[in-house]
Amino acid sequence: MLLAVLLPFIIAIIIPFLSKWKDKIHPGYFVTIIPALIFIYFARFLGSNFEPVMREYSWIPSLDINMVFYLDGLSLLFVLLISGIGALVAFYSIFYLHKSEQLGHFYVYFLLFMGSMLGVVLSDNVFVLYSFWEFTSLSSFLLIGFWNYKKESRYGALKSMLITVFGGLSLLGALVFMTVLTNTTSIQEMISQQQLILNSEYFPLILALLLLGAFTKSAQFPFHIWLPDAMEAPTPVSAYLHSATMVKAGIYLVARYSPMLSSSDWFFIIVSSVGIITLCWGSYMAVRQTDLKGILAFSTISQLGMIMSMLGFGTKVAVFAAVFHILNHATFKGSLFMVAGIVDHEAGTRDIRKLGGLMTYLPITATLALFGTFSMAGVPLPFLNGFYSKELFFDASLHLDEIANVGVVGFIKMLLPYLAVFGSIFTFVYSVYFFFGTFRGKSHLEELPKKPHEAPIGMLISPIILILGVILIGLFPKWINEPFIAHAASAVKGLEVQKEIYFWHGFLYPPLIMSITVLVFGTVLYLSRKQWAPVYRIIPGVLSMNKFYDGLVDRLETYSSTVTKGYMNGSLGRYVRLVLAAILIVTFAFMAITGGFTVDTSNLADVSLPEIFVAITMVIAAVGTILTNNRITAILILGVVGYGLSMLFVLYRAPDLALTQLIIETVTVALFLLVFYHLPKLRKKEEAASTRMLNLIISVGFGAMMTMIAISAHSSKWFESISSYFIDNTYKLGGGDNMVNVILVDFRGLDTLFEIVVLGIAAMAIYGLIRLPGKKEEK
Amino acid sequence: MTRTNDIILRTTTTLIAFILLGFSIYLFFAGHNKPGGGFIGGLMTSAAFVLMYMAYGFRSLQKILPINFRFVIPVGLIIAVATGIGSFIFGEPFLSQTFAYFQLPVLGKTELATALLFDLGVYLTVIGVTMTIILTIANDRGEER
Repeated sequence: MLLAVLLPFIIAIIIPFLSKWKDKIHPGYFVTIIPALIFIYFARFLGSNFEPVMREYSWIPSLDINMVFYLDGLSLLFVLLISGIGALVAFYSIFYLHKSEQLGHFYVYFLLFMGSMLGVVLSDNVFVLYSFWEFTSLSSFLLIGFWNYKKESRYGALKSMLITVFGGLSLLGALVFMTVLTNTTSIQEMISQQQLILNSEYFPLILALLLLGAFTKSAQFPFHIWLPDAMEAPTPVSAYLHSATMVKAGIYLVARYSPMLSSSDWFFIIVSSVGIITLCWGSYMAVRQTDLKGILAFSTISQLGMIMSMLGFGTKVAVFAAVFHILNHATFKGSLFMVAGIVDHEAGTRDIRKLGGLMTYLPITATLALFGTFSMAGVPLPFLNGFYSKELFFDASLHLDEIANVGVVGFIKMLLPYLAVFGSIFTFVYSVYFFFGTFRGKSHLEELPKKPHEAPIGMLISPIILILGVILIGLFPKWINEPFIAHAASAVKGLEVQKEIYFWHGFLYPPLIMSITVLVFGTVLYLSRKQWAPVYRIIPGVLSMNKFYDGLVDRLETYSSTVTKGYMNGSLGRYVRLVLAAILIVTFAFMAITGGFTVDTSNLADVSLPEIFVAITMVIAAVGTILTNNRITAILILGVVGYGLSMLFVLYRAPDLALTQLIIETVTVALFLLVFYHLPKLRKKEEAASTRMLNLIISVGFGAMMTMIAISAHSSKWFESISSYFIDNTYKLGGGDNMVNVILVDFRGLDTLFEIVVLGIAAMAIYGLIRLPGKKEEK
Repeated sequence: MTRTNDIILRTTTTLIAFILLGFSIYLFFAGHNKPGGGFIGGLMTSAAFVLMYMAYGFRSLQKILPINFRFVIPVGLIIAVATGIGSFIFGEPFLSQTFAYFQLPVLGKTELATALLFDLGVYLTVIGVTMTIILTIANDRGEER
């Protein structure tokens, strides 16, 4: 099983080498074989006596992160969808993508995506799941931006990336929470310990984070906005990612965790209402679109909302219908995207206002579209699988027996059937609109960039297979029910679910009445759509989540650049102020909180007259340095401070220091004079009074702080000084009388070694700055 | 550039420079037992050189001391590091110093310490650094500008 998951990744390494010969043979042929093989491998598991399989491969055992693959009914459904539709899409793309495209890139991304999607649905380890989850975001980003020379592609790719990664990170949060609570990284073990999570005080947070991850990935309201923009991708990508696989990853996640979470009322409230809102909003907005893929994008959003709301219901019927509809939606939506791709390819445009009357030119495509759209609309015909799941959906919305009848829950429960019918009416309208707008009516051939003709047979094979699936599932639902759907539904529900699928329940069967209502109202609305179309100007009108998203991204950029420019204005004076003020505030706060300021006068030495004299001289010189306007004066006065310091060293009996200080001070003053010979005259900078006040406060505060630290440090001596060791051993061990020198060259020779290294580096740097030829500055 | 006739400065310099050099060498050798050491000794030696430079100019200084002071820095550093590494030969940790007393022909009983070698490294480095910095900046007439 590991090989089955890793095979796409391995082949993805090889593909670039194959694409060298793309002029002779299209690399798509090789790529088609891979998902077909995976499909065959997993199809062997089908059968009514299917039992879950678990395989474990070590990855990071010390962190309990291992490649654990768990294949139950739900995983099997998804694996077969991913590999089956993957093979069809790969085959379709051979005829869709011309050899002049960067085919190597395309198939590498495609295979990476397929492999990571397989990983998502098979992983039992939450962190492996998360890794594959992010990998799908990444590879879909690459696929959406495949035509990276188009601005819209880049915009769409970035948007989907930002939204899905936002969700992915919150999913990681939820997974970490659950791992910590249950002390396991296995999903199945988490589900078996569900009480721990349900009763935890973090449960609302876990639920919110988990659902945020699922909703963003599955394009639920209000995170649906990335999906219509992702339509800039090549059509095979849209067919694969945005109808069958990636957008269902969120559905998979909710389904996977629903045995654990569905007993909570909040799960029902959030998932059902978000799902049903997405259903209504998606189908309502789809009617407004003029681009074929735009219609399909909003249709996908709405269908995903429908599946999501059924998962939210959590009853046996609902779960069964949800799983069934996952399969149905993948078949007809995949084929419809391919149809849209064919129309685009053969007529040169996807704008439905320019299209029309293509039935005579593209008869096979039109037939396929007819089955696809009518199945999507849920027209009650016995060979359309969409009708079955739609009827089960109505049935489920009417029979929420397991749900309590009180409060918010009761209110939502009461509204659900009406909203379901409302959403389905619009589903009907856009489905019919898609078909009739493209293939019936007057044709405007002169407006089309190309003269339309039927697609090559290779391009038609994949949608034909999918539509055959639609019809076969419609005609013989039992074939796939028992060995397949029932297992998947049982895995989601956590109990045995056996639901029979019938076409005919009798005339008084309420869901049938709802279906007929949809049919009637849908027809009326479709025929009168010119009359009520202005309603879109009121709802959504100017309101749009896209505007919100664009504004948010825009504002994040402008605000952060405003903030950065606000404090990073390039003025060194300001940076010094900021650094000093930060040190000042932190140190004062720390001292105030810990009571660190102590004064202890018991250990002070007497002050002698020469010391007072030197100190006063130094203070006067220091103040003079600040007040002078002349650079040379400032340096000379600063020299007074330096010589005063060496006087203090003399007074405190440090001859070595005094000598060094004396010479160094002389050298420094001389150097300053040499350097400033070149500098322009010191100008008094005109600064605002408030800045000068601030400078004064900061510098006085900093001085006060350092004084306080010095006093406190002197007042709290906690240990004996180690100097007695040096006094005792300087002669014995070092062989010298000069303790300072012995410490410098013997006891602490390493410090000295690196100090002279520092000196050497400084000299070299000065030499380099002045002598080595640099770039001549332009005047 | 024409120079004024500063004969007094030059005459005194010839005298003072030798006193300074002598004093700096005293400081260097006395360091272990009296105030002084490689650092101060090095600074004092460079002070003597700087005095010579100020009195006679760069060309004369180069003629008297045909040394590129930039290469004095690595020599000093190598000596300092080598004394540190030398202690490995005797199986001691890096930079272990030792000392012993010897009977030398002229000086009599003398203490010789390995620390003096280390101090020599410091001494040479300091001379190299000071002279490099001062001569580099002083000779910068801003040709590039």
